[in-house]
Amino acid sequence: MAALDAAAGGPEVASLDGAGRPPGSEEARARRGSGRLILATFRENRLAVIGLGLVVLVALFCFVGPVFYRTNQVTVRLGLATLPPGARHPLGTDASGYDVLGRLMLGGQSSLELGLAVSLATTIVGTLYGAVAGLVGGLLDAVMMRVVDTFLAIPSLVLLLILVNLFTPNLWIIIALLTMLSWLGTARLVRGEVLTLRTREFVQAARMMGAGDGRIVLRHLVPNAIGVIVVNATFTIADAILTLAALSFLGLGLPPPHADWGTMLSDGLNYLFDGYWWLVYPAALILIITVVAFNMIGDAIRDALDVRLQRP
Amino acid sequence: MTRYLLRRVGQAAAVVVGLMILTFVMIHLEPGSAARATLGPHATAGRIAIFNSTYGLNQPLYRQFLTYLDQVAHGNLGTSYSLQQPVSTLIAQRLPRDLLLLGLSTVLALLLAVPMGIYQAARRNGVGDYALTGVSFTLYSMPDFFFAFLLIALFSVQLHLLPPDVPQVASVGALLADPQALVLPVVTLALVTLASYSRYMRSSAIDVLAQDYILVARAKGLPQRLILLRHVLRNALLPVITMVGLSFSWIVAGAVIVEEVFNYPGMGLLFYQAATSHDFPILLGSTLVVGVATVLGNLAADVAYGIVDPRIRYGRA
Repeated sequence: MAALDAAAGGPEVASLDGAGRPPGSEEARARRGSGRLILATFRENRLAVIGLGLVVLVALFCFVGPVFYRTNQVTVRLGLATLPPGARHPLGTDASGYDVLGRLMLGGQSSLELGLAVSLATTIVGTLYGAVAGLVGGLLDAVMMRVVDTFLAIPSLVLLLILVNLFTPNLWIIIALLTMLSWLGTARLVRGEVLTLRTREFVQAARMMGAGDGRIVLRHLVPNAIGVIVVNATFTIADAILTLAALSFLGLGLPPPHADWGTMLSDGLNYLFDGYWWLVYPAALILIITVVAFNMIGDAIRDALDVRLQRP
Repeated sequence: MTRYLLRRVGQAAAVVVGLMILTFVMIHLEPGSAARATLGPHATAGRIAIFNSTYGLNQPLYRQFLTYLDQVAHGNLGTSYSLQQPVSTLIAQRLPRDLLLLGLSTVLALLLAVPMGIYQAARRNGVGDYALTGVSFTLYSMPDFFFAFLLIALFSVQLHLLPPDVPQVASVGALLADPQALVLPVVTLALVTLASYSRYMRSSAIDVLAQDYILVARAKGLPQRLILLRHVLRNALLPVITMVGLSFSWIVAGAVIVEEVFNYPGMGLLFYQAATSHDFPILLGSTLVVGVATVLGNLAADVAYGIVDPRIRYGRA
């Protein structure tokens, strides 16, 4: 992130950006608009289609699966603990006697919901903050961006560890904390977009025709920046699911009645060397597949937009 | 150059002070938490009051902050509540170990990521590119603790080749005397960071390959190998250098998980334990280290830019 600052404010970089790209394609891209471009990406790019397909499959598994595959995920039954995979339990049972396959569905619901919620909140907060800073400019922009810089200078896990220990974690607090950490990158990104977009001819033309700030933001800036925002939101989902897993491993994740893939995985690792592989690999596999799928989608759209996005 | 450096250090100092204020406010959000965490759940109100006045926790927040700044200016980072040792001693013990761990893993990651990214850019959309993209996506998407456990399961439990944890020795020299124990933590960290370095390398090499001077180099008949080595490598390195500079600040938290899995006695583990036990002096001291590391990392990256790319001049900035 400081790379952007260094390149913009610090050292003199001669023509490192943009030069040498075929101008025709750039204009063509600009004409097509980001919204349609995203649709076109899914038509043309196999990787994006695979990613989207995987996400849909995982979502169906988690949310529709329990309708057909009913399991008891409420009462602990130690008599049924750590049964190996068999006819009654296709993926065995865990240390509390829960059916692992059913638990994967339930845990997936929390992981996906949390990822989506963090991504949504991040996008809203980051976009608003970045758009205001970029549009208003001047002193307000400088102050707002220094605040972002200060937060960004701290590795997110440092902040997270301090904060998680202050509150008793529940779903909402974790969503709020993860959002607090990830909106900074979005804010920078959107501000950068707004700064370049607002000088473009079509925005000036709209202003000449008497459009107010609200109309400019909603009708011109947001639609043109939507590609970058969508890519960022996709990556945020993947990162949030991974960060939650890391927190669970450190014992700071969602409290016990909740199930999520990260908690299942880190609990399962305690039994890995006892030979209970079914407590580890299924959860790991579905977690990794999901995160890879979101990253694939984001990467494909980013390639299509050809924007040098910074991953936080 | 000097003026530029001074200005950058000035900016950075402001960020570090901001960071300290932020941490200070955050850890004091819950009054009395340090006393309860250190003295245990059965501590009486009287004991808590004594603890608070001993460590000055009963004073107004701004007073505490000024006192702390004054201490830091005199080279005193305070005493850990739970370990009862000077924080500066604790950090001085652990920081070299992290420099070792992060240094080795960064070097390993770069040695793998730079050729990998250039190869992928040169063979863009070929089979090799797709395969390596798959590898880096998978590595990036894997929780690092799970990856560490996989390596332990394979190399320690199955093959009995490498130890699963690091000896709890005092010095870096002793760690280096037993290099086998370092292999797994270093490889884990390196492979986890490999993904982002190689993706950056790939995309910036693709950008460079589209430049006119590459066309000129081709036109004058330079073989592909020389083009990649002389022209692409140097120019494509810039974004990766930035990434490496930024990763300096990871010295505290970047390795928390890896240190926890391998029981590596570094800053990350110290910080993690301090966070769970509300050990304020360690938390503040570590944050200070993060701030200073960030500043140094950015400066190092700036200097490295100038070496790699002579077009960059710092005089006028």
